[in-house]
Amino acid sequence: MPKSLAWMIGGDQGEGIDATGDVFGRVLSRLGYCIYGYRHFSSRIKGGHTNFTVRIAADRVLAPQANVEVLVALTQETIDRNGHLLLSGAPLLADSQLKPVLPDGCEARLVEIPLTQFVREVGAAVVRNMVAVGGSAALFGLPLDAFEAYAREKFERKGETVALQNVEALRRGHAFIEELGLRGRFSLPAPRPRERYLMTGNDSLALGALAAGCRIMAAYPITPATDIMENLAGLFPRFGGAVCQMEDELAAITLVIGANYAGARAMTATSGPGFSLMQEGIGLASMAEIPAVVVDTQRVGPSTGMPTKNEQSDLLAAVFGGHGEGQRIVIAPGTAVQAFEDGFEAFNLADRYQCPVIVLSDLALAQWLQSVENLPLGGHAIDRGAIVAQEELDRLTGEFERYRLTEDGISPRALPGMPKGQFLATGVEHASSGKVSEAPQNRISQMEKRSRKLDPLRARAGAIETSRMDDAEVAIVCFGSIVGAVDEAVELLRQEGVRAGRVQVRQLWPMPDIPLATALGGAAKVLVAEQNATGEMRQLMRIAGLEDDRYRSLVHFDGTLLTPGRVVAAVQELSVKEGV
Amino acid sequence: METVTLQDYKTSEKSWWCPGCGDFGVLAALQKTLVKLGIPPHRVAIVAGIGCSGKMGNYINSYNIHVVHGRTLPSALGVKLANRDLLVIAAGGDGDGFAIGMNHFVHAVRRNIGVKYIVMDNHIYGLTKGQNSPTSDHGQKVKAAPFGNVESPVRPLSLALTAGATYVAQGFSSNQAQLARLTEGAIAHPGFAFVNVLSPCVTYNKVNTYDFYKQMLHDLDEDPDYQPDSRGGAIAAVLEREELVTGLIYHDPRSVAYEDALPGFAEQPLAGRDITLGQEDFAELLASYR
Repeated sequence: MPKSLAWMIGGDQGEGIDATGDVFGRVLSRLGYCIYGYRHFSSRIKGGHTNFTVRIAADRVLAPQANVEVLVALTQETIDRNGHLLLSGAPLLADSQLKPVLPDGCEARLVEIPLTQFVREVGAAVVRNMVAVGGSAALFGLPLDAFEAYAREKFERKGETVALQNVEALRRGHAFIEELGLRGRFSLPAPRPRERYLMTGNDSLALGALAAGCRIMAAYPITPATDIMENLAGLFPRFGGAVCQMEDELAAITLVIGANYAGARAMTATSGPGFSLMQEGIGLASMAEIPAVVVDTQRVGPSTGMPTKNEQSDLLAAVFGGHGEGQRIVIAPGTAVQAFEDGFEAFNLADRYQCPVIVLSDLALAQWLQSVENLPLGGHAIDRGAIVAQEELDRLTGEFERYRLTEDGISPRALPGMPKGQFLATGVEHASSGKVSEAPQNRISQMEKRSRKLDPLRARAGAIETSRMDDAEVAIVCFGSIVGAVDEAVELLRQEGVRAGRVQVRQLWPMPDIPLATALGGAAKVLVAEQNATGEMRQLMRIAGLEDDRYRSLVHFDGTLLTPGRVVAAVQELSVKEGV
Repeated sequence: METVTLQDYKTSEKSWWCPGCGDFGVLAALQKTLVKLGIPPHRVAIVAGIGCSGKMGNYINSYNIHVVHGRTLPSALGVKLANRDLLVIAAGGDGDGFAIGMNHFVHAVRRNIGVKYIVMDNHIYGLTKGQNSPTSDHGQKVKAAPFGNVESPVRPLSLALTAGATYVAQGFSSNQAQLARLTEGAIAHPGFAFVNVLSPCVTYNKVNTYDFYKQMLHDLDEDPDYQPDSRGGAIAAVLEREELVTGLIYHDPRSVAYEDALPGFAEQPLAGRDITLGQEDFAELLASYR
């Protein structure tokens, strides 16, 4: 029995393909399976091919699968584009109305199902997709009542008729497959029921921010970051906060800086093009030592790039973008759980180090569904960093020294509204009082102060996470959403006798050079895997002194998510060429 | 009311402005108004932009944030949302507000954010040594436009009025009594209050001088036929006189500030609120992802 199975539904954009994938994935999740739901789509509202794949397993899966076991096609284009993903004899459910044709060389078993006809019979409130879901449930031998219960719950608010019609659609599809003798054509591994949630990284990151006390979010809509704004717009009014949809990203970042300056926790979320626009503002936050949390959900760049495709190519812009030499912290979650953790921790880091914190997410993490167990609210505490006590201000005889030179480089801040704490926060170089200064010695002291405050982060606990590294001869280093593919590759390699291990870099700047050097110490080969063309993380590692003749790169930049197979192949190639 | 003196609003900083600069008058009028209203300096946040006018915050002992060029208004909105008990004043020039920051001006107006916006409009780029600004007259000759300005000027008052501004006033930096009155009205106004101040640049603008304004300006506050309660009337008045007017131009008494219109927005300042998320709330939110 395979470890996982994949079900794909495809059609035109605007036909509810995502919603159907969501239904199928959610019911399977409730039945106890782990889900990874990923999609292919384009930057348009209606028309154009789209598909959604639900990968189903008993244990955690966080990467796409090369083939699919079942394909549901609502258009001929779906068959033409994806038929080759089916293995010989695997069922391709297509609407008989299409008069579907298999492309040359496709050995799938075409199952024509009268989706359109059933919909006509059942009622107008139903879409073809629900009939197909019923049929798919039969193919996998899944209990139909779980699907019926979900449909009732989902359509309840649209009235009883709608709910009943959807239930009937599920039943028709199910009965049709059963009559063909295909019920239970695929058996799934036994599920391991747990309390699980099905969410995207955007979902969990928004929850993390809320839990951290973020109450202001300013953003400009952009794929694939917009869900964060939309989620928080629904949540904040309940907690006294506000989401501001701004006129551009320049406004979004400067609103966030103003709000943090005045003592609230505020964030913005964007993608590459918006992130470029924010660079000047991010520099202000570095210079004036104002906390600011910026989420960059990366997509393919430069310029508009491929807005709905995967890439991790904003890393160097996150670390070095903008003019001058400003201090930033860059962290990168790879899973929805980590997106929650980083969505929370980013605010603590920003307050503690009084600087911009960039959370580098990416499209697959941001938008694709994954099963989540135990989001750990209890594991995190809010830390507002150094804020001067009112009593201390009251005792002052002179003016408050906001940028006092301290040993660790962190100077307590006053928040507007605190008597006797008035100061000037400015993007102009300033003396310890905040007043503008262009004196050479002052410039050096303030630059050094702002730089040294981040030094301890090089050894921060949690800056890297390792897996199977104890005896690893090949270490695969990665960041962001590809951690799922790398982990799967590690297991596949071990089955073949290659002792592989994984090192995920969760804090990319300051580069955690000390823990990384330790983690990689025992490996004979180090493969740095990343989704960009120039090996951006490897460049950062090189700057941090992490480079010798063991290091190699795997770069992947075609817009698709890196697969476990590609990682395995890269390691095998190393072994053949270089004899690991 | 706390006792607040002019001394409370002074800083030790020496001014960088040229002698005779119109911005001195704007600063003095603002300081006098704050003292008159008894608002202590720690309750005031001034958000300043880039340019001569952006130095405002260096010379006034309030909380100050001096931001990137053109972004005073979104920054000021951030400050206001974080602590709505503060008096938030955005200050900038015509370049900051009507060139690089024009976009935000229109949006701040239509949002009606609870921020007071004072523009020191000198019709020139002073700090970069005399280029035309968006409010410079057609034909104005400067080094960067030696054959004269071929562009027509932005009309800030008309722009604000047509964008839906709820408080629009124009002052002249040498008429401090009026400017203080207009500033006081702006502070009392719920929502976005725009005070454009004709503030001569004595070094680079040889056209829009003190004498020019003294000759040309029509004071609507002193005009018995003018009522600042009609948007249409206000637009007609400023168009007719090519914006060479001072006084309260328009005031909407039904104005509702953005922060008051936001659904569920906290009535107390966000800064200082308990921000921990309760376990029960969290569990409920998580359950929606089942």
